Amino acid sequence: MALTLMEGNEAIAWGAFDAGCQFFAGYPITPATSIYSAMLQLLPPEGGIVLQGEDEIASMGYCLGASMCGHKALTATSGPGISLYSEHISFAIGSEIPLVIVNVQRLGPSTGSATRGADGDIQFMRWSNTGGLPAIVLAPVDAADCYTLTIHAFNLSERFRCPVFIASNKEIGLTRESVDFDALEKPALVERVVAPEGQPYLPFRPSPDSEVPYFLPIGGERISRQTSSTHGENGYITTSPAEISAQIERLERKLVSAVDSYSFHEADLSAGADTLVLTYGVSARAARQAVNELRGKGQAVSLAVLKTLWPVPTALLRQLAQGHKRVLVVEMNLGQYSREVQRVLTGHEVQHVGQMDGVLIKPSQIKEAVHA
Amino acid sequence: MPETTLLNSQRPPLFCPGCSHDSVLKVLDKVFVNMGLAANQICMVSDIGCSGLFDTFFNTHAFHGVHGRALTYATAMKLCRPELNVVVTMGDGGLGIGGAHVLSACRRNADITLLVLNNFNFGMTGGQCSATTPQDAVVGSGFLNRLDLPLDLQKVARAAGAPYVAVASTYQKDLGAILREAIEYKGFSVVEIQGLCPGRYTKRNQISPKSIAEEIAPAQEFNGEVKENVRPDYGQAYRAQAAAQRKVPRPAGLQALYKPPQEDGRQTVMLLGAAGQRAITAGELAGMAGLLAGLQVTQKNEYNITVLRGPSITELIFSATPIDYTGITQPDVVLALAPEGVERRYGVFAQLPSQTLVIRAAGVELPETRAQVETVDFKALGLNKLDWALGSLAVMAKMNKVISREMLQAALEARFRGKVLEASNQVVDKVYAGAA
Ligand code: SF4
Repeated sequence: MALTLMEGNEAIAWGAFDAGCQFFAGYPITPATSIYSAMLQLLPPEGGIVLQGEDEIASMGYCLGASMCGHKALTATSGPGISLYSEHISFAIGSEIPLVIVNVQRLGPSTGSATRGADGDIQFMRWSNTGGLPAIVLAPVDAADCYTLTIHAFNLSERFRCPVFIASNKEIGLTRESVDFDALEKPALVERVVAPEGQPYLPFRPSPDSEVPYFLPIGGERISRQTSSTHGENGYITTSPAEISAQIERLERKLVSAVDSYSFHEADLSAGADTLVLTYGVSARAARQAVNELRGKGQAVSLAVLKTLWPVPTALLRQLAQGHKRVLVVEMNLGQYSREVQRVLTGHEVQHVGQMDGVLIKPSQIKEAVHA
Repeated sequence: MPETTLLNSQRPPLFCPGCSHDSVLKVLDKVFVNMGLAANQICMVSDIGCSGLFDTFFNTHAFHGVHGRALTYATAMKLCRPELNVVVTMGDGGLGIGGAHVLSACRRNADITLLVLNNFNFGMTGGQCSATTPQDAVVGSGFLNRLDLPLDLQKVARAAGAPYVAVASTYQKDLGAILREAIEYKGFSVVEIQGLCPGRYTKRNQISPKSIAEEIAPAQEFNGEVKENVRPDYGQAYRAQAAAQRKVPRPAGLQALYKPPQEDGRQTVMLLGAAGQRAITAGELAGMAGLLAGLQVTQKNEYNITVLRGPSITELIFSATPIDYTGITQPDVVLALAPEGVERRYGVFAQLPSQTLVIRAAGVELPETRAQVETVDFKALGLNKLDWALGSLAVMAKMNKVISREMLQAALEARFRGKVLEASNQVVDKVYAGAA
């Protein structure tokens, strides 16, 4: 075993590289900039492209153009950048453009604190598009997750033709830690499916037995058409309510109906425990320590760490909560994901443990909440 | 057989009668055909507004996006598909809202063509003023257009670095020749094409093909290549630079070669410094020293965005078992190197137990504490302020706390080469040569 000291942001860049990412565009912003710097080291010598956008809107525009040419594209920013990404997030969702967006969250609102951590954008990422359609959001806990979940994110974006968010945090992105790089889990790669030859291509008709259309790259042999406007299967503007609803409902269904197949998580349940500590992101680290310390004192407590936050893995949540009286949701905000847990686990007492002061939630706070 | 038109038979053009866009569409189609281009050699990129219908009316690759952003998609497409002819159409609306992208495209010089179909108002939303509306025009924005100067795209594009700029009238006979020259130009080419919007603008404003011709005549003198902006296009330049970059080796990791001084349990170190003391780098070195003893390590940093001022704090955990929570409340060692760092963690000192070791740089005031305080006069040891953080690691090693000298030495060798390594070794030597 040979250990490397690596920050989460660097692990994301390597994950993207190993996922076959060939294009990065971004605008410098703390605490996400080191992803851009790492991609600038990794891609150009391998024939890949890295652009520094004139702003965040442009960075996303570059990614959309590149993705429609068939390149796997990555961008990275923080909350203020997600605000500016919004119009192109809507475009990518509505027009099924694969893309991975890293949000290394910092304390908001607005410009907030550039070098303080938070999980304040958890609902924002879900709802950052006009139309309110779902997006996939994955949340890493540490550098190893940053690597593996980035590959999963590319796979999901290719499989469903959609943007996928990585909900990182300054406390993961800029924290260095020891990783056994060669031993990191590397999922098998998934690629978007190119339209078969010899039949007319309808850019937004789902392929047989699937909810996802075939892909044709712009600039390829056969003509490809892309539009941000409300479109039918043929990619032209439509005003037919039937066509419109068929398209839009499919966008929701393709992600939500399949979420059980990508509900990434860790479950560490204790028989007879009353309380389930449910958490995600960097707070999972404090929760693990708290739960271990409580168990050391003979108390039974369950722990679950969600790594797929959106769409809400409803079946998984119910299964994890089964047998527990109380669910403590630990997160670095004022109770964003708690709302979803409350909505799903109607038969449980759901409590939120969290804060927004730029400081990590401490294991002692979680232990106190378990005892309360 | 070459195509006779690249217009989309499934979607015939349907602009208002007399709309200048319709004329430009047909001229552009002829240009493509005369150039002998096939449908799959072209991508039409457009945004919002009546000019945003161009991509639909062509049976080529097509990309229709958000208002003002067409140049961003087009730039990336050209870089990903260097053989593709990428033509962007936008109106004077897209020009205004996408101003940053227009400037950037001029500076960047990707080999794409921008056609700005300027009809002096927002046709689609009811004739409001745009970035090019004359001050004396009557438009749907009340008196507001009397207050803003119209933008002169030709001047702006030339100043921003576009190597090909032209102004044209929809109605001039040789419009096709200008468009062809622009598309064939190797680099970013901008053509402003002025024309009439009978739907919204001509009813209330005196404008005609003749008045347009007169108006643009002086500017047309400057049509064509802009000598001072000529340079290799972005794609060409990018590929040349990229090919010269060195590949980054995959992280190889550090083998565990040494035994840590404290073998069991975990050790936590808090370095309280100031910007300019290389505190974060010292933290990384300490972390690497830990790896060289087979320890798990986390390094959590805190600093202000003004990197040359304010506190610089690094918090390290060393452990034989995996590390979860990365915060430290009761450090085993505190390296107090600057008042800025100490002030930021002021509250920590009162809680330190007596077994905590505080290594204090001479001159740094500490709050009341029960911890064991060792004062080191780094200045007297001959260390520059830049080297105090590394020096404090050497003090730790000398006291056989958390890291040993061989661990630190190996970390320096793994991290640095040449002169930097030499200078770092000297820092360690000076600490070891000093009084205990
Ligand atoms: S509103 Fe003006 S620009 Fe739009 S189609 Fe009609 S005439 Fe042309």
